[in-house]
Amino acid sequence: MLLTIFWLVIEKLLLIGLIVSLSMVVAMYATYAERKVAAFLQDRIGPNRAGIFGLLQPLADGGKLFFKEEIIPLASSKFLFILGPCLAMITALLTSAVIPWSTPLHLFGQDVPLQVADINIGILFIFGVVSLGVYGIMIGGWASNNKFSLLAAVRGASQMVSYELPMGLALLGLLLLVGDLRMSVIVQNQIEHGWHIIYQPLGFIVFFICALAECNRTPFDLAEAENELNFGYHQEYSSMKLGFYLFAEYINMFISGVVMSCLFFGGYDIPFVNEASWGISQNALAIIGFLVMLTKAFFFVFVFMWIRWTIPRFRYDQLMNLGWKKLVPLALFNMIVTAAVILWLKK
Amino acid sequence: MTWLESIYLWNIGKGMLITIKHFFKKKATIQYPEQKRTFSQVFRGLHVLNRDEEGRERCTACGLCAVACPAEAITMEAAERQKGEENLYREEKYAAKYEINMLRCIFCGYCEEACPKDAIYLSQTFAPANYGRQGFIYKKDDLLIPDPVKDPEGYKKALGERAKA
Amino acid sequence: MNITHVLFWFLSVLALFSALMVITSRNPVHSVLWLIVTFFAISGHYILLNAQFLAIVNIIVYAGAIMVLFLFVIMLMNLNKSTEPKKNRWLQWAGAIAGLCLLLVLVAALKDTEIKGQAAQVNEGEIGLIKNLGKELFSTYVVPFEISSILFLSAMVGAVVIGKASPNPSEGRA
Repeated sequence: MLLTIFWLVIEKLLLIGLIVSLSMVVAMYATYAERKVAAFLQDRIGPNRAGIFGLLQPLADGGKLFFKEEIIPLASSKFLFILGPCLAMITALLTSAVIPWSTPLHLFGQDVPLQVADINIGILFIFGVVSLGVYGIMIGGWASNNKFSLLAAVRGASQMVSYELPMGLALLGLLLLVGDLRMSVIVQNQIEHGWHIIYQPLGFIVFFICALAECNRTPFDLAEAENELNFGYHQEYSSMKLGFYLFAEYINMFISGVVMSCLFFGGYDIPFVNEASWGISQNALAIIGFLVMLTKAFFFVFVFMWIRWTIPRFRYDQLMNLGWKKLVPLALFNMIVTAAVILWLKK
Repeated sequence: MTWLESIYLWNIGKGMLITIKHFFKKKATIQYPEQKRTFSQVFRGLHVLNRDEEGRERCTACGLCAVACPAEAITMEAAERQKGEENLYREEKYAAKYEINMLRCIFCGYCEEACPKDAIYLSQTFAPANYGRQGFIYKKDDLLIPDPVKDPEGYKKALGERAKA
Repeated sequence: MNITHVLFWFLSVLALFSALMVITSRNPVHSVLWLIVTFFAISGHYILLNAQFLAIVNIIVYAGAIMVLFLFVIMLMNLNKSTEPKKNRWLQWAGAIAGLCLLLVLVAALKDTEIKGQAAQVNEGEIGLIKNLGKELFSTYVVPFEISSILFLSAMVGAVVIGKASPNPSEGRA
């Protein structure tokens, strides 16, 4: 009994370590990808000096950030000033806990699920953690004791609170289809009945827009509107604390890509084929599934970047109008139609 | 705005199409230090004080370039050639001091046009960098072309494609 | 003393300590942050009782939304020690007496309840899971549930009405 618990803890710790380091590495290279994508969309080449194709650029950037001088403003509230970026990072990393990365591996004679925790409130857990992500911004912005930071923090927070609502409503239709909040069940349901994007296109669009807003990405990066707020909520931050904020944004982006592929694009499912009938080993299947999942997530990350370098920033009243007057009614409409259709089909 | 326009999606889609087209276009970048853009024949870069084939300075410190200069970047002091300096200076008079303030210079090339002795011309080197303003005031040593007798390779290189002499 | 006990005591101490810090800290922003810690401790208790849904909803609604709005107001009001108004002595007494009365009522109400037979269903209770909770809400408690939802709706309508009313209609923005 005790031994199984011990092994379970070891297994989960390993998995957590793996996923956290994966998120970190992906976030690192997302900064590189962002610059490359931006460059390519603007007919440039982008970073290509550090290593071949500039592949060592993220390391150089990280090293630079580490060696920069740490500045903590005298008039700031010191503890909260440090807590801010920590919270941003923690909440960004926490989200990945409930994501089913792939089918179980088969190691040492037992199945090892590639999911840290298959709790029965999976999707709500993500919502909970995302809603806490505001605190990193708010605390950091307030503790800096700078008016621009505070304004940006208030903007970011109100934006995130506003867009959580249509985000949740957009998912309700999907949850009606599945009838379970568990992430693994949501993915399994898609493998059996086809991807949710077919049934819930409107829900996906609303969810996608809200995900952009939740990640503070352009066109909703009002919290970092440098022409109005100088630099946004991390104005007073320097060195790695600033790095944490920027990093957290990229981790959030990656995770939201993963969540979107889990919810709407079948997670680790390969479309149009029945991979179980290939007759390859379970481990190989799991790895293929994982790679498929990553591919989908990276695609969404790319779309995020593509949008950032295409669309200008919204004005603040436009942002609120879009959230409350367009997205909420759309999401409600989607939910009601889905509910009616399900009711009609069941009769 | 119609309702469809007011949710922005249609126009956003059009914009995204435009940017993704640029994603696959040929890039305009020139990898600068390794790869250089070819200059036009009349490109005007930093100044060079020329010598003749025997390595003597052509400048006679007549001051026409300084007069022609609209930015007043050129200052000079004349001196008389002494005995035994015939291999250094071509004429009896030469510039003991010759300074061009590169921060003032607008690279118009009037000095080159004004010069009766073909002593100054604008080369194809450009983009000087320095830590202080003082470094941008080019002395005679900075401007003089290498001696064609002692250092023919350096002379050729400095002469560039705009060889006049 | 297994791990559940340890967690229980840890969470209880955390909840009480942070609740105390809420009312004792000078800076109102710190108060709000301690209150958030309290909510987390309480959510931890919910999880111990296997009420995962309640736990996460507690975090989403209270910590994630309501406390953000609290923080908002407090940050924008810029309450510092220097701007703290002199409190009326009588008001302090009234507050203390009211608090003691509440404590009295709570103690009196809880003293006679039968708790021996109702051990908390640690780790095994099913009632806090989303399916059971939903069934319960939409069958046994459907009337109070719907009434409270109407209450929320009216509050929302009220908020919209207040938000719409501008003293000078010509200044209203599109």
